[in-house]
Amino acid sequence: MSGSLAANVIEFARLLRRAGLPVGPADMLAAQDALTHIDIGNRAEVQTALRTTMVHRHEHAAVFDQAFALFWRDPAAGQFDAMMAMLGEKAPKPDPRPAPGSRRVAEAFTGRRDQRESEQAPEYDAVLTVSEAERLQTMDFEAMSAAEIAAARTEIRRLHLPLDLRRTRRTRADPRGAMIDMAATLRTGLRHGGEMLTLARATRTVRPPPLVVLCDISGSMSRYAQILLHFLHAVANDRDRVSTFLFGTRLSNITRQLRHRDPEAAFALVASQVPDWSGGTRIGEAIEVFNRQWARRVLGQGAIVLLVTDGLDRDGAKGLAEAMDRLHHSCRRLIWLNPLLRWDGFEPKSQGIRAMLPYVDEFRPVHNLASLRALITLLSRPAPIRGRFMGIPT
Amino acid sequence: MNPKSVDETAKLLASQGYVADRSLATTVHLALAMARPLFLEGEPGTGKTEIAKVLAAGLGRRLVRLQCYDGMDLSAAAYEWDRARQLLAIRLAEATGATASVAQDIYSRAFLQARPLLSAIDPDQPPAVLLIDELDRADEPFEAFLLELLADFQLTIPEYGTIRAATPPVVVLTSNRTREVHDAIRRRCLYQWVDYPDAARERAILTARAPGLPAKLSAQVVGFVQALRESELFKLPGVAETIDWANALAHMDRTELTPEAVDDTLGVLLKYQDDIAKVRGETAARMVEAVRDVAA
Repeated sequence: MSGSLAANVIEFARLLRRAGLPVGPADMLAAQDALTHIDIGNRAEVQTALRTTMVHRHEHAAVFDQAFALFWRDPAAGQFDAMMAMLGEKAPKPDPRPAPGSRRVAEAFTGRRDQRESEQAPEYDAVLTVSEAERLQTMDFEAMSAAEIAAARTEIRRLHLPLDLRRTRRTRADPRGAMIDMAATLRTGLRHGGEMLTLARATRTVRPPPLVVLCDISGSMSRYAQILLHFLHAVANDRDRVSTFLFGTRLSNITRQLRHRDPEAAFALVASQVPDWSGGTRIGEAIEVFNRQWARRVLGQGAIVLLVTDGLDRDGAKGLAEAMDRLHHSCRRLIWLNPLLRWDGFEPKSQGIRAMLPYVDEFRPVHNLASLRALITLLSRPAPIRGRFMGIPT
Repeated sequence: MNPKSVDETAKLLASQGYVADRSLATTVHLALAMARPLFLEGEPGTGKTEIAKVLAAGLGRRLVRLQCYDGMDLSAAAYEWDRARQLLAIRLAEATGATASVAQDIYSRAFLQARPLLSAIDPDQPPAVLLIDELDRADEPFEAFLLELLADFQLTIPEYGTIRAATPPVVVLTSNRTREVHDAIRRRCLYQWVDYPDAARERAILTARAPGLPAKLSAQVVGFVQALRESELFKLPGVAETIDWANALAHMDRTELTPEAVDDTLGVLLKYQDDIAKVRGETAARMVEAVRDVAA
C-alpha cells in the first residue's frame, strides 16, 4: 500500500477516536490489510472495508459513515477541527466545572473533609428550548465525598432483590450436590490407579438474572434524581448485566456511562448525554420505545425490570396500558418502585397509575425516599406472595 | 478456492441463490481473504445464518454448525472425553496388568469425542465452514472460551495438548442482539450489520427463493412488507417471513393481494398478537390499496 494511503488511514483512525469511536492499533492494522484485498478505486468498497474492520457495533456505524464522507472527500489535515465541528462535536471543549474527582483530590491533599456548603437543591440550567412540549435541561450533580462513595458501596451490598437468584445450566463442585461429575470422578480416581473411591459431586450454580432499570427523571421526580443516580451507579458497578435507562420525554440508555468507576465522571457523562432532565413525562411513549428498540436486546435470560416512576404522565396515559402489557410479557418480573409524595395516601387518581398497576408483578411505594439506605431496604424486602397482590383500588 | 475479488464473491453467493448487497459481499470477501471470523449482527430473519450455509456449499466445504444456548459448556461445544470407554480401558488394563501407562493411554485421541468446535478445526478432516449461530443466546463464559479459537483457530485441551486447524475454517458468528456480545469477541472479527433489504433486492431474493411466483404478486408482497417495516410494530417481518408469506399466498392460488388474503395469512408474516391486531382489517386494506397502485 502506498505510504500516503497508510498515513491517511492512521489520520482517519485519529478522527474516529476523537469522534468517540474506540479504534485501536489492531483495528488500524486490519484496516490497512483489508485495503490490500479490494479495489481501492471503488469508494463503496473502501468504505465497507474500513467499516468492517474499524467498527464493531451497529450504533457506531452512523458516526463512521459521517466521518468517512467528510474525511475521504478532502483529507487535508488542516481542516481537522472544522471536521470535528461538523461531526456533531465530541472534541474537547473548555469545561467550566471542576474535573471529576477534583474534590476528592483536594481532600486528599488537605487531609480533611470539605464542609459541605451545599444543602441546596441540584442546580438546573435551562439551555435551549426545542419545542413547547419538551423542556431540555442539563443537570449538575453535587460532588460526592470519598466517604459518601464508600458508604454507597457498602449500602449496595445489602441489596437483595426478590427472586434474585436463578439456577443456571452450569455446575460447580459441591460435595453435597445432587449430580455426579464423571470427569472429576475419573480424574481423582486416577490418583489411586483408576480406583474410584469417591464420587465427585456437583450442583447447579445460581447467579442473579440481568437487571434492567427504567428510571423516570421528569420534573415531578427531580428531587429524587440525585439519590436515584447514586443508586443506579452503585448497582451498575456492583452486579454484572445491569442495563440502565432514563426517561422523561425521551428514552436514553446510560448503561455505558454508568460503568465509569468514578461516580462523578459517570454523572458528568450521564448529564451530557441526557437532554431532558426535569421536563415532562411521556411514560407510555418511553416504554413503547423501550419495547421496540431495547426489549429484545436486554431482556433475555430472565431479566428483572425495575421501573422507577411516580406514574404522573403528561400524555394522559395514552398508550401506556398497551406498552406496560408488552413490557410485562417480555420480562420475568416487573417491579414498580413509586416514590409517592408525602401525604398522598395511596390513591391511584392519576390515570397513569391506574393504567400501569394491572401489569406489574410487584408494586413498591415509598413515602419518603430520603436516602440510598431507605431505597435499598425497601427493595430488599421479600416478594409478596403471588396472587395476593393489591387489587386495583377503584 | 477463495474468490479473487468482491465481484467474484458476489457471484459465488448469487450462484447459491443468495442475493447480497455490495457491502455484505465486500465484507464476506474480506473475511475470506484475510482469514478472519465474520461477525454478523442484525434483526432475525435477515439471512445471517444463510450466509454460512451458502458459503459452505459455494466453497465446497463441510458446514459445521453450533447452535448456542444458555449454559452451553465445553462438553457440548468443543469436546468430551468418552468416559465409559475410559473406564473400560482402566478395567482392561487392570485385568492384563498393564496399569503402568494407563493414565496416559486413556487421554489419547481415540477417547476424545469431537463436538462442533473441535470438529471444525480437526486437521484430519476436510476444511470446514464453522457457523456459530445465535451467539447472543450463549452466556458470557462461553464467549471467553471462544476467544482462543477465533484468534488462532486452535483449541487447547489440558489433558491432551493443542489441536490446530490445518486449513483455517471460515468462521461465521451470528447474533440477533438479544444481548450485547462482548467487545473482545467483536475485536477479533470483521463486523457487518445485516439490514432488511430494500425493495429491489427483496424482489430479487423472492425471484431466487420463491421461483414461479407471479410477477405482480411478488411486487405487491414486497411493497406490502416494505410498508410494514416503516410502521411501529413490536417485531418487524424479516426476509424469511416475506418468502414464507409469498409461498403461502402462492399455495392459496392468489395472483394478487386482496385485503381478505392478507387478513387470512397475516400470521405467516407477523408473530405477535398485538402486531396482528394492529394491522388486521382497516390498516391492511389501506396498505393493500397503496401497493396495488404502486404495482399497477
